[in-house]
Amino acid sequence: MSRRHLAILTAAVLAATTLTACGDSGDSSGAAGKTLTYWASNQGASLEADKQTLQPELDKFEQQTGIKVNVEVVPWSDLLNRLLTAATSGQGPDVVNIGNTWSASLQATGALVEFDDATLAKVGGKDRFVPAALAAAGAPGKPPAAVPLYSLAYALYYNKKAFADAGVTSPPTTWEQVAEVGRKLTGGDRWGLAVEGANPSENAHHAFTFSQQYGGEWFDSAGKPTFDTPQNVTAVKRYVDLMAVDRIVNPSNAEYAQNQSVSDFANGKAAMLLWQAAGSNLKSQNMAPDAYGIAPVPFPAAPPAGGKKVNSMVAGINMAVFKHTKNTDAALEFVKFMTSDAEQVALNRTYGSLPAVATVAGDPAFAAPEQKVLQQTLATTAAPLPQVPDESTFETLVGTAIKELFADAASGRPVTEESVRQKLTRAQQQMR
Amino acid sequence: MATTTSARDVAAPERPARRAAPVRRRSPGRRRSLLPYLLLAPAVVLELAVHVVPMLVGAWMSLRELTQFHIRDWSTAPFVGWDNYRVVLDVDSAVGAQLLHSFGVTVGYTVASVGLSWVLGTTAAVLLQRPFRGRAVLRALFLTPYALPVYTAVITWSFLFQRDTGLVNHVLVDQLHLLDDRPFWLIGENSFVALLTVSVWRSWPFAFLCVMAGLQNIPGELYEAAAMDGAGFWRRLRSVTLPMLRPVNLVLVLVLFLWTFNDFNTPYVLFGGSAPEQANLISLHIYRSSFKTWDFGAGSAMSVLLLLFLLLVTAGYLLLTNRRRNDA
Repeated sequence: MSRRHLAILTAAVLAATTLTACGDSGDSSGAAGKTLTYWASNQGASLEADKQTLQPELDKFEQQTGIKVNVEVVPWSDLLNRLLTAATSGQGPDVVNIGNTWSASLQATGALVEFDDATLAKVGGKDRFVPAALAAAGAPGKPPAAVPLYSLAYALYYNKKAFADAGVTSPPTTWEQVAEVGRKLTGGDRWGLAVEGANPSENAHHAFTFSQQYGGEWFDSAGKPTFDTPQNVTAVKRYVDLMAVDRIVNPSNAEYAQNQSVSDFANGKAAMLLWQAAGSNLKSQNMAPDAYGIAPVPFPAAPPAGGKKVNSMVAGINMAVFKHTKNTDAALEFVKFMTSDAEQVALNRTYGSLPAVATVAGDPAFAAPEQKVLQQTLATTAAPLPQVPDESTFETLVGTAIKELFADAASGRPVTEESVRQKLTRAQQQMR
Repeated sequence: MATTTSARDVAAPERPARRAAPVRRRSPGRRRSLLPYLLLAPAVVLELAVHVVPMLVGAWMSLRELTQFHIRDWSTAPFVGWDNYRVVLDVDSAVGAQLLHSFGVTVGYTVASVGLSWVLGTTAAVLLQRPFRGRAVLRALFLTPYALPVYTAVITWSFLFQRDTGLVNHVLVDQLHLLDDRPFWLIGENSFVALLTVSVWRSWPFAFLCVMAGLQNIPGELYEAAAMDGAGFWRRLRSVTLPMLRPVNLVLVLVLFLWTFNDFNTPYVLFGGSAPEQANLISLHIYRSSFKTWDFGAGSAMSVLLLLFLLLVTAGYLLLTNRRRNDA
């Protein structure tokens, strides 16, 4: 009896193993006939919209090369975790999108293919890429861990009609003017400015820009955190004061984390918005492109000593290849395709972002007022977030501290220099 | 072993003939003693794979400096001894202070949630004990929260709790005029109340279900006898219902305690990855320490401490309740 059972069991196990082995033996030489898995970040109005944008391009790629690409669009809130899991387990997609601020953090895991000169040559060469965008793709002094795909920058979006009704003729260029104009525009159901107060990443981006303007840094040259310097305290307080003191931000914004601030701007509930390439998102919410104007992010009227003329991070999406892929050549082929002139024009036009390659910068697709402002910002006044391994931790800790400060401001508790410093100190102490 | 013994026990006294037969058919020696182990093997392997090995790996990780630099090849992470424990237990440091804070929040949350769930569940079960028209509908309705997928239910709550557009404020402020100002529910102090509300809403149907099952097992004669002796509703509740429910309640409270103390889904879906301080439960805190700040060593140390705490409480609870049962 039991001998027969044992035989059946053995046979079953053997059969299962053989089947699995068959599954693995699909690899053959040459890229054609291979299948890649690609995790795309969410760029458009929804995950489904992104899939619809990408699929025709991926079909084109399959026709050209015979390589099939299975795409999954991953929401931003999940992306870093999923990348980390893939890096840890060695199981996961072949090609991924990463937020460019995470480049150095993910590079430190050693899970990404490094784009040294030889590898860059396979995707068209180093000189194709916009230098600032390539610089934000890995730790300084090391080969990039990714290549830029879409470039973005922050800008100030303002509602033209609301401005005209309030008799404001030009967009504000200083924070003092933002407060002043904002007060004029706040009233009834409308607020001067919308912010995404409960979104740690968004908060961290503004923390970076404001800190640069007030002469601060979040990391010293050795990569150690310097969160609670007086400059950073002033910078963070300036940002939160837009709600706490200037009262031009609806307290409800303290719980926004799902891009509700973009919706508020599109629906006329807010007259100004600080955002990266909001155009396509606004369009999908039925706000006509001529209903809003775009201006560079403002500066302090009288910048303190050491203040830098930086009004945006070098924002963008990079493309990386996991070392664990069995199809490195096919993956690089795909990277080359996505960064080709034709795809750069097609995809960036859809998303309202800017191309990451210099060759197509002059394309009429990027001559709209929005893209011009973004282009100008990236070329002259944008700086990359510190490319240190702890960058993603900075986003979490400082971004969360600012979320708590907004919560204080919203519920009427005072936001003082002392309370800002305490939160930043605590955030810094959690970096080990 | 157990199977052979019991088979023999059952067969032994009256039916010697049937007992003899299988012994003759069985081949003697090793295979007979191997078979039970062979049958147990899948369970042992699964238990090892699902519980024991991950637990040991977690304990091993808690003695390492496991950051993004070593996470890919985590076996090479440098050994730091008790350093992680020292840091997470040092209440003067930010890490330790935060852990202590979230531990306190979690204890308060657990006590309140389990207590309220138990009271609500028991009340509903007792009230629904006597048959009346519509009882089945009411029972089904009460069990809905238990049947809904967690994510769907909690995300709906997060919409209800929105300050400007949420139904909670609409009812409290616009319809009942109980409050002048629209309060925040998902940030600040009220977030604890919001979290507790969702948690009780989710777990009281389970208490209801268990107590209802327990009530079915109480013989009707006990109530008849009590009624004969002139006991009213409260007296019957105190002297018959609650003592008879004791075994059910012991398990129920323990299970609710463990679930609530370890609850991750409710706060994570309600607040996203970064919960307000006032509602920062320990499971969420450990998640943030491990996965958001990429300090898996310290995160593992916190997990090990949490496990030890839960084991201690469970063991203490079981000892205490066992002794009481033996006394009774």
